[in-house]
Amino acid sequence: MKTREPVITVKNMVKKFGSFVANDNLSFEVFKGEIFGFLGANGAGKTTAIRILCGLSSPTSGEMKVAGFDVYRQTEKIKQNIGYMSQKFSLYEDLTVFENIRLYGGVYGMKIADRKARTTEMLERLGLTAYENRKIGDLPLGWKQKLAFSIAILHNPKIVFLDEPTGGVDPITRRQFWNLIYEAVEKGITVFVTTHYMDEAEYCDRASIMADGKIVALDTPLKLKEQYNAANMDEVFLKIAR
Amino acid sequence: MSRFLAFLRKEFYHIFRDPRTLIILFGIPIAQLMLFGYVMTNEVRNVKVAIVDNSKDDLSKRLSQKLLSSGFFQLAAIPTSESDYESLFRSGKVKEIVVFEPDFAKNLMKEGKANIQVIADASEPNAAQLIVNYTTAIVNNFTKAEFMKDQTPPGINIKVRMLFNENMRDAYNFIPGLIAVILMLISAMMTAITIAREKEMGTMEILLASPLKPIQIILGKVVPYMILSIVSALVVLALGMLVFKVPVIGSFALLLAEILLYIFLALSLGILISTFVDSQLTAMAISGFVLMLPSILLSGFIFPIKNMPIALQIVANLMPPRWFIEINRTVMLKGGGLNEIWPNTLVLMVMSALFIFISIRKFKIRLQ
Repeated sequence: MKTREPVITVKNMVKKFGSFVANDNLSFEVFKGEIFGFLGANGAGKTTAIRILCGLSSPTSGEMKVAGFDVYRQTEKIKQNIGYMSQKFSLYEDLTVFENIRLYGGVYGMKIADRKARTTEMLERLGLTAYENRKIGDLPLGWKQKLAFSIAILHNPKIVFLDEPTGGVDPITRRQFWNLIYEAVEKGITVFVTTHYMDEAEYCDRASIMADGKIVALDTPLKLKEQYNAANMDEVFLKIAR
Repeated sequence: MSRFLAFLRKEFYHIFRDPRTLIILFGIPIAQLMLFGYVMTNEVRNVKVAIVDNSKDDLSKRLSQKLLSSGFFQLAAIPTSESDYESLFRSGKVKEIVVFEPDFAKNLMKEGKANIQVIADASEPNAAQLIVNYTTAIVNNFTKAEFMKDQTPPGINIKVRMLFNENMRDAYNFIPGLIAVILMLISAMMTAITIAREKEMGTMEILLASPLKPIQIILGKVVPYMILSIVSALVVLALGMLVFKVPVIGSFALLLAEILLYIFLALSLGILISTFVDSQLTAMAISGFVLMLPSILLSGFIFPIKNMPIALQIVANLMPPRWFIEINRTVMLKGGGLNEIWPNTLVLMVMSALFIFISIRKFKIRLQ
C-alpha cells in the first residue's frame, strides 16, 4: 500500500509559545498508506506538532496540508477525515463499550447500519463481543487501549494520529497493538504515530527524530541505522541525542 | 444535529450514573430546604418553659394558661425549689422559667403592681431575647385586657404592621434566597465541574479533534444542567408555595422569566470558571468557596447588605444572587413588576454577557 503520494505536507512549520520555540521550522511529507514515526524525547515538540496537524492548536507560521486540506482555513474538513488518539486514555469510563462506540459513531456522523456492521466486525476481531455491555472502567488497560484505537478508526479516516498510544502498556499488549496498526494500514489508513519507545521505531516505514523542536533525522529505520552505524534504533537515538 | 444529540445522550448517562452528581442535584436542595425550614428557624414555636406559681391565685393561673395556650410555649417542668432551676437549664430541659411572686393577685390589687421573674437561657442570646420579648408581650396584652377594658389608656398607642410579611414568617425570607443559592450551586458549580472533568480525563482533546464544533460541545455540556436547574427551581418554588405557604403575588410568568435569566447567568459563570481550571477538584473548590459562601453571606440572603461596611457592600454588589434575590422578593412578596425590577434585570443581563464574552476570548487564546 506504500505510495509516494503525500497526504500530509508540512513546510517550514513554526510554533512559538512566547519566546519559547516548540517547533522550529519543521518540513516533512507523509505518504499515503505508510506508518510515519515521530520520535523524540519528552518535550522535544512532538505533541505540539501533532496538535497543530489535528487542528487543536494554530501554528505561528508555515504551510501545512492534511488530507489535502489547509490547516489554517479548513480545520473542519480535516477533522472529518482524521482519527485521533491522545496520550491520555480517551474513552468514557462510566459508559459501556457499546455506548462509547455509539457516541463516536454519532459524533463522526456515521450511518447507523454502517456503524453496527463495523462494530460487530471490530468486536469480533478484538475478541470483545461478550463485553459489549460492560463499562469501560471495568476492563483491563490493554483492552481499553486496543478499543480506543479501534474506535478512533471506526469511521475509516484517511489518517489516524496516535500520540504515544502505548504508554504504560506491557510488551505483549504493545505487540498486539502494533498488529492492529498494521491491519489499519492494510485498509489504506495512513498512520502518524509519536512514541519514545525506540523499539517501536523499527515497526515504522519511515521515522523522524526530533530534538529541541527540530527534526534532526528522517529516513527508513534501515537507512538511519546505516547512516549512524548503529545496531538498532535505540543506538541511533542515543548517538543523535549526544 | 444528530452529532449533537449523540453527545447530549452521553451527558445524561454521566449524570444519572454518578452518585455524587445525583446527590448534589437532588440531595442538596432538599437538605437546604429542611435546614432553613425547620432547623435554622428564628421563629418562636413550642419553646420549653417551666412555670413556678408561688401564688396559685386565680389571676396567676389564668396568666399561666394564657402563656401556654399561645402556641409559642410548652410546659416542660414544674420545679419545686429554686435549686432545680440551674439543672433544668443546664440539661436543656427548659429555655425559660417564669416565676410568679407569692400573693401575686393580692399585690396587684392592693399596690397596683406585682412582680413576675423571667429567667432565660442566654447561652443562645438571640433566641433568649426573642423568647423574653414574646413573654413580655403576652403579659402586657393580658394586663391590658384584664384591667383597661373600660378606660382609654393615656399615652401613645403604637400600632405596628409588618408589611409584605404580616406574620414575620421565616419562609418568606429563605425561599426567595434559597432559589438563588441552589440555582447557583447546580448551574454554575456543576457546569464548571463537568467541563473540567472532560479536560482532566483527556476526552476534551478527542472531542475538539472531532467534527463537533466547540459551541456544540459547550451546549451539550450545559443543556442537561439547564433542564435540571429548571426542574430544581420549580420544585423549590412549589414546596415553598405549598408547604411553607410563601405567596407569589406578582406575575408568575415574570418570575419564571427572571429565573430563566438567572439560570443562564449561572451557566455562563460555570463555563467561565471552567475555562480557568483543568481539574474537577479546582473547579469544585473555586465554585464552592469563592462562589457559594459569598453568595450566601454577601447576597443579602441572611445579612442585610445595608448594614455592611462599604468595602463589603461593593463586593456584595458583584454577587449575582444579590440582584436576583431582590427580584424574587419584589415579585413574590411585594407583587412588583418590571417597573420595579428592571435595573436588577439589566444587571443580570450585563453580567451574563460579560461572562460569555470573557469565556469566548479565553477559549480562543487557549486554542492558539
